[in-house]
Amino acid sequence: MSFSSAGYQLLPVLPELVLAVGAMALLMLGAYRGAETTKLVTGLAVVLLVLTGVLELMLPAGKLTTFGGSFVVDDFARFLKILAIIGSAVTLILSTEFLSDPSRRIFEYSILVLLSTLGMMVLISAADLIMLYLGLELMSLALYVVAASNRDNAKSNEAGLKYFVLGALSSGMLLYGASLIYGFTGTVDFAGIAAAVKTGSVGIVFGLVFLLAGLCFKVSAVPFHMWTPDVYEGAPTPVTAFFASAPKVAALAVFTRVTLTAFPGIVPQWQQILVFVAIASMALGSFAAIGQRNIKRLMAYSSIGHMGFALVGLASGTVEGAQGVLVYIAIYVAMTLGSFAVILTMKRNGQAVEQISDFAGLSRTNPMLAFLFAMLLFSLAGIPPLAGFFAKWYVFVAAIKAGLFTLAVIGVLTSVVGAFYYLTIIKLMYFDEPAGQVEPMRIELRTVLAVAGIFNIFFFVYPGPLVSVATAAAKSLF
Amino acid sequence: MTIGLGHYLAVAATLFTIGILGIFLNRKNIIVILMSIELILLAVNINLVAFSTFLGDIVGQVFALLVLTVAAAEAAIGLAVLVVYFRNRGSIAVEDVNLMKG
Repeated sequence: MSFSSAGYQLLPVLPELVLAVGAMALLMLGAYRGAETTKLVTGLAVVLLVLTGVLELMLPAGKLTTFGGSFVVDDFARFLKILAIIGSAVTLILSTEFLSDPSRRIFEYSILVLLSTLGMMVLISAADLIMLYLGLELMSLALYVVAASNRDNAKSNEAGLKYFVLGALSSGMLLYGASLIYGFTGTVDFAGIAAAVKTGSVGIVFGLVFLLAGLCFKVSAVPFHMWTPDVYEGAPTPVTAFFASAPKVAALAVFTRVTLTAFPGIVPQWQQILVFVAIASMALGSFAAIGQRNIKRLMAYSSIGHMGFALVGLASGTVEGAQGVLVYIAIYVAMTLGSFAVILTMKRNGQAVEQISDFAGLSRTNPMLAFLFAMLLFSLAGIPPLAGFFAKWYVFVAAIKAGLFTLAVIGVLTSVVGAFYYLTIIKLMYFDEPAGQVEPMRIELRTVLAVAGIFNIFFFVYPGPLVSVATAAAKSLF
Repeated sequence: MTIGLGHYLAVAATLFTIGILGIFLNRKNIIVILMSIELILLAVNINLVAFSTFLGDIVGQVFALLVLTVAAAEAAIGLAVLVVYFRNRGSIAVEDVNLMKG
């Protein structure tokens, strides 16, 4: 069997092709067999994602390019694609209960998640502005629909609507920036842009600012974070878990690739933007979360803060910085998915409870659940020796080596403030009167929580593999 | 007076600004927001085609065609979300989108 046609090597896009064709086949299955296939479609979707991940790992080593250099598969792309696939697959597993309700048997849900994952993979591999835009839109268009997927719930609809309006605005800004960059460099190719951008002419910097504004929206960094709390609160909880994991991986990936491969010639110009964005995100993520009562809103501010920390690594603009970003996002995904497994468990009398006060006294009713959640929260706060500490360690070391002392100091200070609200939840769980029994934990949530918890607690024992893979991935960008 | 690249860019920048203002100053109707988004994408297309002509490079026009296609899909999804929203709330006024405070 030959993968070469019309002069294009199709081998590098084989995983994407399998995912696209598989998603369409599942759509046919659902369309012809009706809503009772929801469970089957979800199961097959997870299998398809695993297959895609295996194919991605089996691709020949080294740097592969296709479609005239606009699609590139390097170690960086492989690492982040596997991470995005894990995020999506775990989210589908977390969604089984949401989809089992007779009124919500929507098989389209899994297919939209698959298509969104396809968009993420294209986005991660994008090496020119056109591919970047197409991947970004494929990812976002599916996400808008998934946010509104609880059709009879007004809050879910409102979340979808807000996400759509602000998302479309941000892609418009990104596109305007892309058109200016194309006009002033004469090419859409990242390598070509890097060759053309030796000095930051006004037109290029103008375009870069718009492009970064669009990307900041996708990673929910301040000042483009306004949608995050509302969408996280309104969307169904499994969808919130999805938003907090895989799309963040893809958006951060393209952020890193664009800044480091297309604009290495004007580092000072984008560095000051990123320093501002990182400081603002870390500060807002820490201070605004303190007053929250809803756990999903709290997770939204938490993710804004974490994106700020990840951008600290990127702001340094070095190999260490890129490696820090990669380690950070991998650990962040594990912590977030584990935390959402706990949030999805919180049900009383068949009703999901989302208030932070509902966690009171959890240590007496469910000691194991409370212990693992406490460990995840300590890790999110960055307390050693848990995984979250090492994530912050790598980005701050990179920032200090790049001479960004103010940024690193502010980062450490905001992480102390951030620890306050995580500790508040732990205090509620361990020292307050129980708010009542929660329903027993479902097996799939139990598994996800156990894996995430073990990863977080024991990461320090054997951090080698993740760190060395991340280092190789970061080096492939330079 | 000949019409140069600067004139096209000025038109595109004006359209883009009107689009952005349309989203933020509009206090009435969500349909107007959808129209503003289309306006922003049109501004981008004018930019791309103008640059493409003046650079003598076809890539900009290819980009513009792809933007048009994606804009159609985006409008379809936006209207679909809006219809679902209207069924639940019975209104598409901007001031009624307030179940959650951000």
